[in-house]
Amino acid sequence: MIRLIPDQSRRIRRTAEVTFWFDDAQIPAHEGEPVATALLRAGQLRLRDAPTVAEGASAARGLFCCMGACQECAVEVDGAVVEACRLEAVEGLRVRSLGRGA
Amino acid sequence: MTGDLDTDVAVLGAGPAGGNAALGAARAGLRVALVDEQQDAGGQVWRAKGKAIRAAPETPESRAGSQLRALIAASAVDHLADTRLWQIERHGPAWRLGLLQGGEPVQLTARALVVASGAREFVQPVPGWTTPGVLGLAGATALLKRDMVVPGAATIVAGTGPLVFFTAAEIRRLGGHVQAIVTPNTRADWMRALPAMLVRPDLLARGARWMADLALSGVPIHWGHALSRVIGEDRVVGAEVHPLDSDWRPAGPVREIAADSLCLGNGLVPSIEAAQLAGCPIRHDPALGGWVPDADDEGKTPVDGLFVCGDGAGIRGAAAAAYQGSLAGQGVARFLGAQVPGIGPRHLRRYRRAAAFGRAMTALSAPRPGLSSLIDDATVLCRCEGVTSGALRQAIAAGATSANATKSGLRCGMGPCGGAYCQTAVTRQIAVSTGRSEGEVPPPTARPPLRPVPLGGLAGDIAYEDLPIPKPAPL
Ligand SMILES: Cc1cc2nc3c(=O)[nH]c(=O)nc-3n(C[C@H](O)[C@@H](O)[C@H](O)COP(=O)(O)OP(=O)(O)OC[C@H]3O[C@@H](n4cnc5c(N)ncnc54)[C@H](O)[C@@H]3O)c2cc1C
Ligand code: FES
Repeated sequence: MIRLIPDQSRRIRRTAEVTFWFDDAQIPAHEGEPVATALLRAGQLRLRDAPTVAEGASAARGLFCCMGACQECAVEVDGAVVEACRLEAVEGLRVRSLGRGA
Repeated sequence: MTGDLDTDVAVLGAGPAGGNAALGAARAGLRVALVDEQQDAGGQVWRAKGKAIRAAPETPESRAGSQLRALIAASAVDHLADTRLWQIERHGPAWRLGLLQGGEPVQLTARALVVASGAREFVQPVPGWTTPGVLGLAGATALLKRDMVVPGAATIVAGTGPLVFFTAAEIRRLGGHVQAIVTPNTRADWMRALPAMLVRPDLLARGARWMADLALSGVPIHWGHALSRVIGEDRVVGAEVHPLDSDWRPAGPVREIAADSLCLGNGLVPSIEAAQLAGCPIRHDPALGGWVPDADDEGKTPVDGLFVCGDGAGIRGAAAAAYQGSLAGQGVARFLGAQVPGIGPRHLRRYRRAAAFGRAMTALSAPRPGLSSLIDDATVLCRCEGVTSGALRQAIAAGATSANATKSGLRCGMGPCGGAYCQTAVTRQIAVSTGRSEGEVPPPTARPPLRPVPLGGLAGDIAYEDLPIPKPAPL
Protein backbone atom coordinates (compact mmCIF):
# COMPACT_ATOMS: atom_id res chain seq x y z
CA MET A 1 0.00 0.00 0.00
CA ILE A 2 1.29 3.50 -0.81
CA ARG A 3 1.79 5.63 2.27
CA LEU A 4 2.47 9.33 2.17
CA ILE A 5 2.72 9.35 5.96
CA PRO A 6 5.41 6.79 6.80
CA ASP A 7 4.96 4.53 9.82
CA GLN A 8 7.70 5.74 12.17
CA SER A 9 6.84 3.54 15.16
CA ARG A 10 9.99 1.44 14.73
CA ARG A 11 12.19 4.50 15.11
CA ILE A 12 10.98 5.33 18.61
CA ARG A 13 13.38 4.39 21.43
CA ARG A 14 11.81 3.88 24.83
CA THR A 15 13.12 3.39 28.35
CA ALA A 16 13.53 -0.06 29.90
CA GLU A 17 10.48 -2.06 30.94
CA VAL A 18 9.26 -2.11 34.52
CA THR A 19 6.22 -3.78 36.06
CA PHE A 20 3.61 -2.26 38.34
CA TRP A 21 0.41 -3.54 39.93
CA PHE A 22 -3.09 -2.41 39.06
CA ASP A 23 -5.26 -4.11 41.68
CA ASP A 24 -4.30 -7.75 41.15
CA ALA A 25 -2.96 -7.43 37.62
CA GLN A 26 0.71 -7.06 36.74
CA ILE A 27 1.15 -4.38 34.08
CA PRO A 28 4.27 -3.83 31.97
CA ALA A 29 5.33 -0.22 31.40
CA HIS A 30 8.29 1.75 30.18
CA GLU A 31 9.98 3.44 33.10
CA GLY A 32 8.54 6.95 33.49
CA GLU A 33 5.56 6.28 31.22
CA PRO A 34 2.25 7.55 32.61
CA VAL A 35 0.48 4.70 34.39
CA ALA A 36 -2.73 5.41 32.45
CA THR A 37 -0.88 5.04 29.14
CA ALA A 38 0.64 1.70 30.16
CA LEU A 39 -2.81 0.51 31.26
CA LEU A 40 -4.25 1.56 27.90
CA ARG A 41 -1.59 -0.44 26.08
CA ALA A 42 -2.37 -3.42 28.32
CA GLY A 43 -6.05 -3.18 27.36
CA GLN A 44 -7.15 -2.00 30.83
CA LEU A 45 -9.47 0.82 29.88
CA ARG A 46 -11.78 0.80 32.92
CA LEU A 47 -9.77 2.68 35.52
CA ARG A 48 -12.51 3.35 38.05
CA ASP A 49 -16.25 3.45 38.61
CA ALA A 50 -17.84 6.85 39.13
CA PRO A 51 -19.53 7.39 42.52
CA THR A 52 -22.51 9.21 41.00
CA VAL A 53 -24.12 7.95 37.83
CA ALA A 54 -27.44 8.50 36.22
CA GLU A 55 -29.93 5.64 36.37
CA GLY A 56 -29.18 2.91 33.88
CA ALA A 57 -25.82 4.41 32.91
CA SER A 58 -22.55 2.53 33.19
CA ALA A 59 -20.26 3.76 35.95
CA ALA A 60 -17.10 2.66 34.14
CA ARG A 61 -14.64 5.49 33.50
CA GLY A 62 -11.22 5.70 31.91
CA LEU A 63 -8.59 7.95 30.42
CA PHE A 64 -10.24 10.94 28.76
CA CYS A 65 -8.26 14.21 28.63
CA CYS A 66 -4.80 12.60 28.96
CA MET A 67 -3.44 15.73 30.67
CA GLY A 68 -4.56 16.10 34.25
CA ALA A 69 -7.68 18.19 33.70
CA CYS A 70 -10.75 15.95 33.74
CA GLN A 71 -9.91 13.70 36.73
CA GLU A 72 -11.58 10.70 35.07
CA CYS A 73 -8.41 8.63 35.43
CA ALA A 74 -8.22 9.03 39.23
CA VAL A 75 -6.59 6.03 40.96
CA GLU A 76 -5.26 5.38 44.44
CA VAL A 77 -1.60 5.11 45.40
CA ASP A 78 -0.54 4.85 49.05
CA GLY A 79 -3.96 6.03 50.20
CA ALA A 80 -3.88 9.18 48.07
CA VAL A 81 -6.02 9.84 45.01
CA VAL A 82 -3.86 10.76 42.01
CA GLU A 83 -4.27 11.22 38.26
CA ALA A 84 -3.08 8.09 36.47
CA CYS A 85 -2.28 10.18 33.37
CA ARG A 86 0.28 12.22 35.37
CA LEU A 87 1.61 9.36 37.49
CA GLU A 88 4.92 7.92 36.30
CA ALA A 89 5.38 4.16 36.30
CA VAL A 90 8.20 2.80 38.45
CA GLU A 91 9.06 -0.81 39.28
CA GLY A 92 6.72 -2.38 41.79
CA LEU A 93 4.33 0.60 42.08
CA ARG A 94 1.00 -0.44 43.62
CA VAL A 95 -1.99 1.25 42.00
CA ARG A 96 -5.57 0.60 43.09
CA SER A 97 -8.75 1.33 41.22
CA LEU A 98 -11.44 3.48 42.84
CA GLY A 99 -15.10 2.69 43.30
CA ARG A 100 -14.98 -0.81 41.87
CA GLY A 101 -15.77 -2.33 45.23
CA ALA A 102 -12.82 -4.72 45.11
CA MET B 1 6.04 23.97 54.36
CA THR B 2 5.16 27.32 52.79
CA GLY B 3 7.62 29.01 50.47
CA ASP B 4 7.43 32.63 49.35
CA LEU B 5 8.66 33.93 46.02
CA ASP B 6 8.82 37.44 44.66
CA THR B 7 9.20 38.61 41.05
CA ASP B 8 8.52 41.49 38.64
CA VAL B 9 6.44 39.54 36.12
CA ALA B 10 4.52 36.32 36.70
CA VAL B 11 3.52 34.48 33.51
CA LEU B 12 0.87 31.75 33.68
CA GLY B 13 1.35 29.12 30.96
CA ALA B 14 4.55 28.05 29.20
CA GLY B 15 3.03 27.49 25.76
CA PRO B 16 3.89 29.50 22.64
CA ALA B 17 2.20 32.60 24.12
CA GLY B 18 3.45 32.52 27.70
CA GLY B 19 6.88 31.23 26.72
CA ASN B 20 7.48 34.14 24.37
CA ALA B 21 5.99 36.69 26.77
CA ALA B 22 8.38 35.47 29.48
CA LEU B 23 11.39 35.53 27.15
CA GLY B 24 10.56 39.09 26.06
CA ALA B 25 10.10 40.43 29.58
CA ALA B 26 13.37 38.80 30.65
CA ARG B 27 15.19 40.41 27.70
CA ALA B 28 13.87 43.75 28.98
CA GLY B 29 15.83 43.07 32.17
CA LEU B 30 12.84 42.15 34.33
CA ARG B 31 12.70 39.25 36.76
CA VAL B 32 10.25 36.69 35.36
CA ALA B 33 8.61 33.62 36.90
CA LEU B 34 6.96 31.28 34.38
CA VAL B 35 4.37 28.96 35.91
CA ASP B 36 3.09 25.78 34.24
CA GLU B 37 1.70 22.51 35.52
CA GLN B 38 3.50 20.53 32.86
CA GLN B 39 7.01 19.13 33.36
CA ASP B 40 8.33 20.95 30.29
CA ALA B 41 7.53 24.15 28.42
CA GLY B 42 5.73 23.92 25.07
CA GLY B 43 2.06 24.13 26.03
CA GLN B 44 -0.52 22.05 24.21
CA VAL B 45 0.81 22.35 20.68
CA TRP B 46 4.58 22.08 21.28
CA ARG B 47 4.28 19.48 24.06
CA ALA B 48 7.52 17.77 25.02
CA LYS B 49 8.03 14.03 24.85
CA GLY B 50 7.55 12.16 28.10
CA LYS B 51 10.27 10.59 30.25
CA ALA B 52 9.73 7.16 28.71
CA ILE B 53 10.81 8.34 25.22
CA ARG B 54 14.59 8.28 24.71
CA ALA B 55 14.61 9.13 21.00
CA ALA B 56 12.05 9.62 18.25
CA PRO B 57 11.72 11.25 14.81
CA GLU B 58 11.13 15.00 14.86
CA THR B 59 7.97 16.80 13.70
CA PRO B 60 7.41 20.53 13.03
CA GLU B 61 5.77 20.76 16.49
CA SER B 62 8.54 18.93 18.32
CA ARG B 63 11.19 21.13 16.67
CA ALA B 64 9.36 24.34 17.63
CA GLY B 65 9.02 23.02 21.18
CA SER B 66 12.69 22.09 21.48
CA GLN B 67 13.61 25.57 20.29
CA LEU B 68 11.35 27.27 22.85
CA ARG B 69 12.67 25.04 25.66
CA ALA B 70 16.28 25.79 24.70
CA LEU B 71 15.61 29.54 24.67
CA ILE B 72 13.96 29.41 28.09
CA ALA B 73 16.78 27.30 29.53
CA ALA B 74 19.36 29.78 28.23
CA SER B 75 17.42 32.81 29.54
CA ALA B 76 17.10 34.36 32.98
CA VAL B 77 13.44 33.20 33.16
CA ASP B 78 12.67 31.27 36.33
CA HIS B 79 10.58 28.37 34.98
CA LEU B 80 8.41 26.89 37.74
CA ALA B 81 7.51 23.54 36.16
CA ASP B 82 5.05 21.02 37.58
CA THR B 83 3.43 23.99 39.34
CA ARG B 84 -0.29 24.65 39.40
CA LEU B 85 -1.76 28.10 39.90
CA TRP B 86 -4.91 27.78 41.98
CA GLN B 87 -5.53 31.26 43.37
CA ILE B 88 -5.08 34.90 42.24
CA GLU B 89 -5.46 37.79 44.67
CA ARG B 90 -4.66 41.47 44.58
CA HIS B 91 -2.65 43.03 47.38
CA GLY B 92 -2.41 46.74 46.70
CA PRO B 93 -0.76 47.14 43.30
CA ALA B 94 0.82 43.67 43.52
CA TRP B 95 -0.53 40.26 42.57
CA ARG B 96 -0.41 37.45 45.06
CA LEU B 97 -0.59 34.03 43.43
CA GLY B 98 -1.28 30.75 45.19
CA LEU B 99 0.77 27.94 43.68
CA LEU B 100 1.04 24.23 44.30
CA GLN B 101 4.51 23.06 43.43
CA GLY B 102 4.65 19.27 43.33
CA GLY B 103 1.84 19.30 45.91
CA GLU B 104 3.49 21.90 48.18
CA PRO B 105 1.85 25.32 48.63
CA VAL B 106 3.97 28.29 47.52
CA GLN B 107 3.05 31.97 47.35
CA LEU B 108 4.33 34.13 44.50
CA THR B 109 4.13 37.93 44.62
CA ALA B 110 4.46 39.80 41.31
CA ARG B 111 4.24 43.41 40.09
CA ALA B 112 2.49 42.36 36.86
CA LEU B 113 0.69 39.26 35.63
CA VAL B 114 0.52 37.77 32.13
CA VAL B 115 -2.16 35.11 31.71
CA ALA B 116 -1.42 32.75 28.81
CA SER B 117 -3.58 29.86 29.95
CA GLY B 118 -4.44 28.52 26.50
CA ALA B 119 -7.60 26.69 25.56
CA ARG B 120 -9.50 23.60 26.48
CA GLU B 121 -11.47 21.45 24.13
CA PHE B 122 -15.21 21.24 23.78
CA VAL B 123 -16.40 17.68 23.50
CA GLN B 124 -20.02 17.53 22.38
CA PRO B 125 -21.71 15.19 24.87
CA VAL B 126 -23.39 12.25 23.13
CA PRO B 127 -24.97 9.13 24.64
CA GLY B 128 -22.15 6.89 25.86
CA TRP B 129 -19.34 9.45 25.76
CA THR B 130 -18.22 8.47 29.27
CA THR B 131 -17.41 4.93 28.10
CA PRO B 132 -13.74 3.93 28.61
CA GLY B 133 -12.00 4.08 25.24
CA VAL B 134 -13.43 7.50 24.36
CA LEU B 135 -10.72 10.15 24.37
CA GLY B 136 -11.00 13.87 23.84
CA LEU B 137 -9.70 14.69 20.36
CA ALA B 138 -7.28 17.36 21.58
CA GLY B 139 -6.48 15.20 24.61
CA ALA B 140 -5.49 12.38 22.27
CA THR B 141 -2.77 14.65 20.85
CA ALA B 142 -1.18 14.59 24.31
CA LEU B 143 -1.11 10.79 24.26
CA LEU B 144 0.34 10.84 20.74
CA LYS B 145 2.96 13.55 21.33
CA ARG B 146 4.02 12.90 24.92
CA ASP B 147 3.76 9.11 25.10
CA MET B 148 3.86 8.29 21.38
CA VAL B 149 1.14 5.71 21.96
CA VAL B 150 -1.98 5.27 19.82
CA PRO B 151 -5.48 5.15 21.36
CA GLY B 152 -6.21 1.54 20.35
CA ALA B 153 -6.08 -1.01 17.55
CA ALA B 154 -8.87 0.57 15.46
CA THR B 155 -9.74 4.18 16.13
CA ILE B 156 -12.57 6.39 14.92
CA VAL B 157 -11.44 10.01 14.80
CA ALA B 158 -14.47 12.28 15.04
CA GLY B 159 -15.00 16.02 15.27
CA THR B 160 -14.56 19.39 13.67
CA GLY B 161 -11.82 21.47 12.11
CA PRO B 162 -8.21 20.60 11.31
CA LEU B 163 -7.50 18.72 14.54
CA VAL B 164 -9.36 15.65 13.23
CA PHE B 165 -6.95 15.32 10.33
CA PHE B 166 -3.87 16.11 12.42
CA THR B 167 -4.85 13.44 14.96
CA ALA B 168 -5.60 10.86 12.25
CA ALA B 169 -2.25 11.56 10.57
CA GLU B 170 -0.40 11.22 13.88
CA ILE B 171 -2.12 7.91 14.63
CA ARG B 172 -0.96 6.65 11.24
CA ARG B 173 2.57 8.00 11.72
CA LEU B 174 2.81 6.08 15.00
CA GLY B 175 1.71 2.86 13.31
CA GLY B 176 -1.94 2.91 14.39
CA HIS B 177 -5.05 2.15 12.35
CA VAL B 178 -7.67 4.81 11.66
CA GLN B 179 -10.97 3.00 11.19
CA ALA B 180 -12.85 6.06 9.95
CA ILE B 181 -12.92 9.83 10.11
CA VAL B 182 -16.25 11.43 10.98
CA THR B 183 -16.53 15.18 10.62
CA PRO B 184 -19.51 17.55 10.60
CA ASN B 185 -17.59 19.79 8.19
CA THR B 186 -18.18 19.28 4.48
CA ARG B 187 -15.70 19.57 1.63
CA ALA B 188 -17.49 22.81 0.74
CA ASP B 189 -16.78 24.21 4.24
CA TRP B 190 -13.08 23.56 3.64
CA MET B 191 -13.19 25.10 0.15
CA ARG B 192 -14.64 28.26 1.67
CA ALA B 193 -11.74 28.41 4.15
CA LEU B 194 -9.17 28.00 1.39
CA PRO B 195 -8.57 31.68 0.59
CA ALA B 196 -7.77 32.39 4.26
CA MET B 197 -5.43 29.40 4.31
CA LEU B 198 -3.34 30.63 1.39
CA VAL B 199 -1.29 32.81 3.76
CA ARG B 200 0.22 29.61 5.20
CA PRO B 201 1.29 27.53 2.17
CA ASP B 202 3.35 25.29 4.50
CA LEU B 203 0.31 24.25 6.53
CA LEU B 204 -1.80 23.95 3.40
CA ALA B 205 0.73 21.57 1.85
CA ARG B 206 0.90 19.53 5.04
CA GLY B 207 -2.88 19.25 5.14
CA ALA B 208 -2.99 18.22 1.48
CA ARG B 209 -0.50 15.44 2.22
CA TRP B 210 -2.63 14.16 5.10
CA MET B 211 -5.70 14.09 2.86
CA ALA B 212 -3.88 12.33 0.02
CA ASP B 213 -2.44 9.75 2.45
CA LEU B 214 -5.90 9.00 3.86
CA ALA B 215 -7.35 8.67 0.36
CA LEU B 216 -4.56 6.36 -0.83
CA SER B 217 -4.82 4.15 2.22
CA GLY B 218 -8.59 3.87 1.91
CA VAL B 219 -9.54 5.40 5.28
CA PRO B 220 -13.22 6.34 4.91
CA ILE B 221 -13.98 10.01 5.57
CA HIS B 222 -17.59 10.69 6.48
CA TRP B 223 -17.96 14.36 5.58
CA GLY B 224 -21.03 16.12 6.96
CA HIS B 225 -21.53 13.43 9.63
CA ALA B 226 -21.42 13.39 13.41
CA LEU B 227 -20.68 10.63 15.84
CA SER B 228 -24.03 10.40 17.60
CA ARG B 229 -23.73 7.49 20.05
CA VAL B 230 -20.96 5.42 21.57
CA ILE B 231 -21.62 1.67 21.66
CA GLY B 232 -20.22 -0.38 24.54
CA GLU B 233 -20.81 -0.84 28.27
CA ASP B 234 -17.43 -0.97 29.96
CA ARG B 235 -15.39 -0.31 26.83
CA VAL B 236 -15.94 1.04 23.35
CA VAL B 237 -16.96 -1.49 20.72
CA GLY B 238 -18.18 0.96 18.11
CA ALA B 239 -20.18 4.06 17.35
CA GLU B 240 -23.21 5.29 15.48
CA VAL B 241 -22.79 8.07 12.98
CA HIS B 242 -25.47 10.31 11.51
CA PRO B 243 -25.52 12.50 8.42
CA LEU B 244 -26.18 16.15 9.31
CA ASP B 245 -28.11 18.99 7.75
CA SER B 246 -26.49 22.40 7.24
CA ASP B 247 -27.32 23.38 10.85
CA TRP B 248 -25.65 20.10 11.98
CA ARG B 249 -28.91 18.52 13.09
CA PRO B 250 -29.01 14.75 12.50
CA ALA B 251 -30.87 14.04 9.25
CA GLY B 252 -30.91 10.69 7.52
CA PRO B 253 -30.14 7.07 8.23
CA VAL B 254 -27.77 6.08 11.02
CA ARG B 255 -24.81 3.82 10.33
CA GLU B 256 -22.71 1.74 12.71
CA ILE B 257 -18.92 1.53 12.70
CA ALA B 258 -16.96 -0.97 14.80
CA ALA B 259 -13.91 0.32 16.70
CA ASP B 260 -12.13 -0.23 20.01
CA SER B 261 -11.31 3.42 20.59
CA LEU B 262 -12.46 6.83 19.50
CA CYS B 263 -11.35 10.43 19.65
CA LEU B 264 -14.09 13.01 19.91
CA GLY B 265 -13.83 16.81 19.97
CA ASN B 266 -15.60 19.84 18.57
CA GLY B 267 -13.32 22.82 18.71
CA LEU B 268 -11.62 24.78 21.44
CA VAL B 269 -12.83 27.22 24.07
CA PRO B 270 -10.53 29.84 25.63
CA SER B 271 -9.56 29.03 29.24
CA ILE B 272 -10.61 32.32 30.81
CA GLU B 273 -10.99 31.39 34.48
CA ALA B 274 -7.60 32.80 35.54
CA ALA B 275 -8.28 36.10 33.76
CA GLN B 276 -11.78 36.20 35.31
CA LEU B 277 -10.38 35.54 38.78
CA ALA B 278 -7.93 38.41 38.22
CA GLY B 279 -10.94 40.66 37.66
CA CYS B 280 -10.87 40.95 33.88
CA PRO B 281 -14.20 41.72 32.17
CA ILE B 282 -15.25 39.20 29.53
CA ARG B 283 -17.22 39.46 26.29
CA HIS B 284 -18.73 36.94 23.90
CA ASP B 285 -17.15 36.56 20.47
CA PRO B 286 -18.14 33.38 18.61
CA ALA B 287 -15.38 34.00 16.03
CA LEU B 288 -12.82 33.60 18.83
CA GLY B 289 -14.34 30.49 20.40
CA GLY B 290 -16.88 32.00 22.80
CA TRP B 291 -16.24 34.05 25.95
CA VAL B 292 -12.94 35.94 25.87
CA PRO B 293 -11.25 38.40 28.22
CA ASP B 294 -11.35 42.03 27.14
CA ALA B 295 -7.88 42.70 25.73
CA ASP B 296 -6.10 44.45 22.85
CA ASP B 297 -3.50 43.06 20.42
CA GLU B 298 -0.76 43.55 23.03
CA GLY B 299 -2.83 41.66 25.58
CA LYS B 300 -3.50 44.76 27.65
CA THR B 301 -6.71 44.47 29.71
CA PRO B 302 -8.74 47.11 31.59
CA VAL B 303 -7.19 45.76 34.81
CA ASP B 304 -3.96 47.51 35.78
CA GLY B 305 -0.97 45.18 35.47
CA LEU B 306 -2.92 42.32 33.89
CA PHE B 307 -2.16 41.06 30.38
CA VAL B 308 -3.68 38.10 28.54
CA CYS B 309 -2.39 36.48 25.34
CA GLY B 310 -2.55 33.39 23.18
CA ASP B 311 -5.53 31.07 22.80
CA GLY B 312 -6.68 32.05 26.30
CA ALA B 313 -7.44 35.49 24.85
CA GLY B 314 -9.36 34.00 21.89
CA ILE B 315 -8.68 30.98 19.68
CA ARG B 316 -6.30 32.20 16.98
CA GLY B 317 -3.95 29.21 16.87
CA ALA B 318 -0.36 28.43 17.78
CA ALA B 319 1.47 30.79 15.40
CA ALA B 320 -0.60 33.79 16.46
CA ALA B 321 -0.18 32.77 20.12
CA ALA B 322 3.61 32.94 19.77
CA TYR B 323 3.52 36.42 18.17
CA GLN B 324 0.97 37.72 20.64
CA GLY B 325 3.14 36.39 23.47
CA SER B 326 6.01 38.55 22.22
CA LEU B 327 3.66 41.54 21.98
CA ALA B 328 2.40 40.96 25.52
CA GLY B 329 6.01 40.68 26.71
CA GLN B 330 6.55 44.13 25.25
CA GLY B 331 3.30 45.39 26.79
CA VAL B 332 4.12 44.19 30.29
CA ALA B 333 7.70 45.51 30.02
CA ARG B 334 6.40 48.96 29.09
CA PHE B 335 3.93 48.84 31.95
CA LEU B 336 6.90 48.37 34.29
CA GLY B 337 8.92 51.10 32.57
CA ALA B 338 11.20 48.80 30.52
CA GLN B 339 11.62 48.01 26.80
CA VAL B 340 12.03 44.71 24.93
CA PRO B 341 14.64 45.20 22.21
CA GLY B 342 13.57 44.20 18.70
CA ILE B 343 9.77 44.01 19.10
CA GLY B 344 8.02 46.38 16.71
CA PRO B 345 5.35 46.89 14.04
CA ARG B 346 6.67 43.91 12.08
CA HIS B 347 5.60 41.66 14.94
CA LEU B 348 2.14 43.16 14.98
CA ARG B 349 1.75 42.57 11.21
CA ARG B 350 2.86 38.96 11.55
CA TYR B 351 0.52 38.45 14.47
CA ARG B 352 -2.46 39.76 12.48
CA ARG B 353 -1.65 37.54 9.50
CA ALA B 354 -1.31 34.45 11.64
CA ALA B 355 -4.49 35.36 13.51
CA ALA B 356 -6.45 35.53 10.25
CA PHE B 357 -5.45 31.93 9.49
CA GLY B 358 -6.27 30.86 13.03
CA ARG B 359 -9.69 32.48 12.93
CA ALA B 360 -10.54 30.59 9.74
CA MET B 361 -9.70 27.34 11.56
CA THR B 362 -11.76 28.43 14.57
CA ALA B 363 -14.73 29.08 12.27
CA LEU B 364 -14.42 25.56 10.83
CA SER B 365 -14.14 24.03 14.29
CA ALA B 366 -16.98 25.86 16.03
CA PRO B 367 -20.01 23.61 16.54
CA ARG B 368 -23.24 24.73 14.91
CA PRO B 369 -26.42 24.80 17.02
CA GLY B 370 -27.94 21.57 15.66
CA LEU B 371 -25.12 19.49 17.07
CA SER B 372 -26.49 19.80 20.60
CA SER B 373 -29.60 17.88 19.54
CA LEU B 374 -27.45 14.73 19.64
CA ILE B 375 -28.00 14.84 23.40
CA ASP B 376 -30.95 12.86 24.76
CA ASP B 377 -32.43 13.19 28.25
CA ALA B 378 -30.31 10.33 29.62
CA THR B 379 -27.04 11.75 28.29
CA VAL B 380 -24.60 12.69 31.02
CA LEU B 381 -23.53 16.33 30.70
CA CYS B 382 -21.49 16.76 33.86
CA ARG B 383 -19.24 13.72 34.02
CA CYS B 384 -18.02 14.41 37.56
CA GLU B 385 -21.41 14.72 39.23
CA GLY B 386 -23.32 12.44 36.84
CA VAL B 387 -25.84 15.14 35.95
CA THR B 388 -27.92 14.25 32.90
CA SER B 389 -29.34 16.52 30.27
CA GLY B 390 -32.84 15.64 31.48
CA ALA B 391 -32.04 16.71 35.04
CA LEU B 392 -30.58 19.94 33.74
CA ARG B 393 -33.65 20.60 31.60
CA GLN B 394 -35.87 20.17 34.67
CA ALA B 395 -33.70 22.50 36.74
CA ILE B 396 -33.83 25.12 34.00
CA ALA B 397 -37.62 24.79 33.78
CA ALA B 398 -37.73 25.28 37.56
CA GLY B 399 -35.90 28.58 37.21
CA ALA B 400 -32.17 27.80 37.20
CA THR B 401 -31.52 29.91 34.14
CA SER B 402 -27.91 30.92 34.75
CA ALA B 403 -24.68 28.94 34.91
CA ASN B 404 -24.22 30.00 38.55
CA ALA B 405 -27.69 28.68 39.40
CA THR B 406 -27.20 25.25 37.81
CA LYS B 407 -23.83 25.05 39.54
CA SER B 408 -25.23 25.61 43.00
CA GLY B 409 -28.48 23.72 42.35
CA LEU B 410 -27.23 20.60 40.54
CA ARG B 411 -23.52 20.77 41.36
CA CYS B 412 -22.89 20.92 37.58
CA GLY B 413 -19.29 22.08 37.35
CA MET B 414 -18.62 21.61 41.09
CA GLY B 415 -16.76 18.33 40.62
CA PRO B 416 -13.04 17.80 40.49
CA CYS B 417 -12.68 18.94 36.85
CA GLY B 418 -13.98 22.36 37.87
CA GLY B 419 -16.51 22.44 35.05
CA ALA B 420 -13.88 22.23 32.32
CA TYR B 421 -15.78 19.49 30.49
CA CYS B 422 -19.41 20.44 31.04
CA GLN B 423 -19.64 24.18 31.32
CA THR B 424 -19.89 24.96 27.62
CA ALA B 425 -22.56 22.30 27.07
CA VAL B 426 -24.47 23.50 30.15
CA THR B 427 -24.54 27.17 29.13
CA ARG B 428 -25.54 26.14 25.58
CA GLN B 429 -28.46 24.13 26.92
CA ILE B 430 -29.54 27.03 29.15
CA ALA B 431 -29.43 29.33 26.11
CA VAL B 432 -31.46 26.94 23.93
CA SER B 433 -34.03 26.17 26.66
CA THR B 434 -34.58 29.83 27.52
CA GLY B 435 -34.59 31.10 23.96
CA ARG B 436 -31.52 33.29 24.46
CA SER B 437 -28.30 33.54 22.48
CA GLU B 438 -25.09 32.08 23.90
CA GLY B 439 -23.80 35.59 24.38
CA GLU B 440 -26.62 36.22 26.84
CA VAL B 441 -25.66 33.31 29.12
CA PRO B 442 -22.28 34.04 30.71
CA PRO B 443 -20.12 31.31 32.25
CA PRO B 444 -20.18 30.97 36.03
CA THR B 445 -18.14 33.27 38.23
CA ALA B 446 -14.59 31.93 38.49
CA ARG B 447 -13.69 30.60 41.92
CA PRO B 448 -10.53 29.12 43.37
CA PRO B 449 -9.12 26.55 43.12
CA LEU B 450 -8.47 27.14 39.39
CA ARG B 451 -6.91 23.73 38.97
CA PRO B 452 -7.64 20.30 40.37
CA VAL B 453 -5.59 19.99 43.52
CA PRO B 454 -4.62 16.67 45.08
CA LEU B 455 -7.84 15.03 46.14
CA GLY B 456 -7.95 14.24 49.82
CA GLY B 457 -10.51 11.49 50.01
CA LEU B 458 -12.66 9.82 47.41
CA ALA B 459 -12.67 10.94 43.81
CA GLY B 460 -15.48 13.36 43.10
CA ASP B 461 -15.79 14.28 46.74
CA ILE B 462 -13.33 17.01 47.63
CA ALA B 463 -14.24 19.51 50.27
CA TYR B 464 -12.67 22.94 50.16
CA GLU B 465 -11.29 22.43 53.70
CA ASP B 466 -9.42 19.31 52.53
CA LEU B 467 -7.27 21.20 50.08
CA PRO B 468 -3.61 21.37 51.02
CA ILE B 469 -3.52 25.15 50.70
CA PRO B 470 -2.34 27.75 53.14
CA LYS B 471 -4.97 29.57 55.18
CA PRO B 472 -5.28 33.22 54.19
CA ALA B 473 -2.81 35.37 56.11
CA PRO B 474 -4.41 37.71 58.70
CA LEU B 475 -4.37 41.26 57.35
C1 LIG C 1 -5.50 19.51 24.56
C2 LIG C 1 -5.16 20.43 23.43
C3 LIG C 1 -4.37 19.96 22.36
C4 LIG C 1 -4.03 20.79 21.31
N1 LIG C 1 -3.28 20.30 20.29
C5 LIG C 1 -2.95 21.11 19.24
C6 LIG C 1 -2.19 20.63 18.14
O1 LIG C 1 -1.79 19.47 18.13
N2 LIG C 1 -1.91 21.47 17.11
C7 LIG C 1 -2.34 22.76 17.11
O2 LIG C 1 -2.05 23.50 16.15
N3 LIG C 1 -3.06 23.25 18.14
C8 LIG C 1 -3.38 22.45 19.19
N4 LIG C 1 -4.13 22.95 20.23
C9 LIG C 1 -4.55 24.35 20.19
C10 LIG C 1 -3.70 25.19 21.13
O3 LIG C 1 -4.58 26.00 21.85
C11 LIG C 1 -2.60 25.95 20.36
O4 LIG C 1 -3.17 26.93 19.56
C12 LIG C 1 -1.52 26.55 21.25
O5 LIG C 1 -1.01 25.57 22.12
C13 LIG C 1 -1.96 27.78 22.03
O6 LIG C 1 -0.84 28.31 22.71
P1 LIG C 1 -0.99 29.09 24.09
O7 LIG C 1 0.41 29.44 24.49
O8 LIG C 1 -1.98 30.16 23.95
O9 LIG C 1 -1.60 28.04 25.12
P2 LIG C 1 -1.14 26.57 25.52
O10 LIG C 1 -0.20 25.99 24.56
O11 LIG C 1 -2.40 25.83 25.80
O12 LIG C 1 -0.36 26.79 26.89
C14 LIG C 1 -1.02 27.10 28.08
C15 LIG C 1 -0.28 26.47 29.22
O13 LIG C 1 -0.82 26.95 30.44
C16 LIG C 1 -0.76 25.95 31.39
N5 LIG C 1 -1.77 26.28 32.40
C17 LIG C 1 -3.02 26.77 32.20
N6 LIG C 1 -3.63 27.01 33.38
C18 LIG C 1 -2.75 26.65 34.33
C19 LIG C 1 -2.79 26.68 35.77
N7 LIG C 1 -3.88 27.13 36.45
N8 LIG C 1 -1.71 26.26 36.44
C20 LIG C 1 -0.60 25.83 35.78
N9 LIG C 1 -0.50 25.78 34.44
C21 LIG C 1 -1.57 26.19 33.72
C22 LIG C 1 -1.01 24.67 30.63
O14 LIG C 1 -0.39 23.57 31.26
C23 LIG C 1 -0.38 24.97 29.27
O15 LIG C 1 0.91 24.41 29.15
C24 LIG C 1 -4.50 22.13 21.30
C25 LIG C 1 -5.31 22.59 22.35
C26 LIG C 1 -5.64 21.76 23.41
C27 LIG C 1 -6.51 22.27 24.51
S1 FES D 1 -7.35 11.59 31.86
FE1 FES D 1 -8.09 13.52 32.48
S2 FES D 1 -7.06 13.82 34.36
FE2 FES D 1 -6.17 12.03 33.61
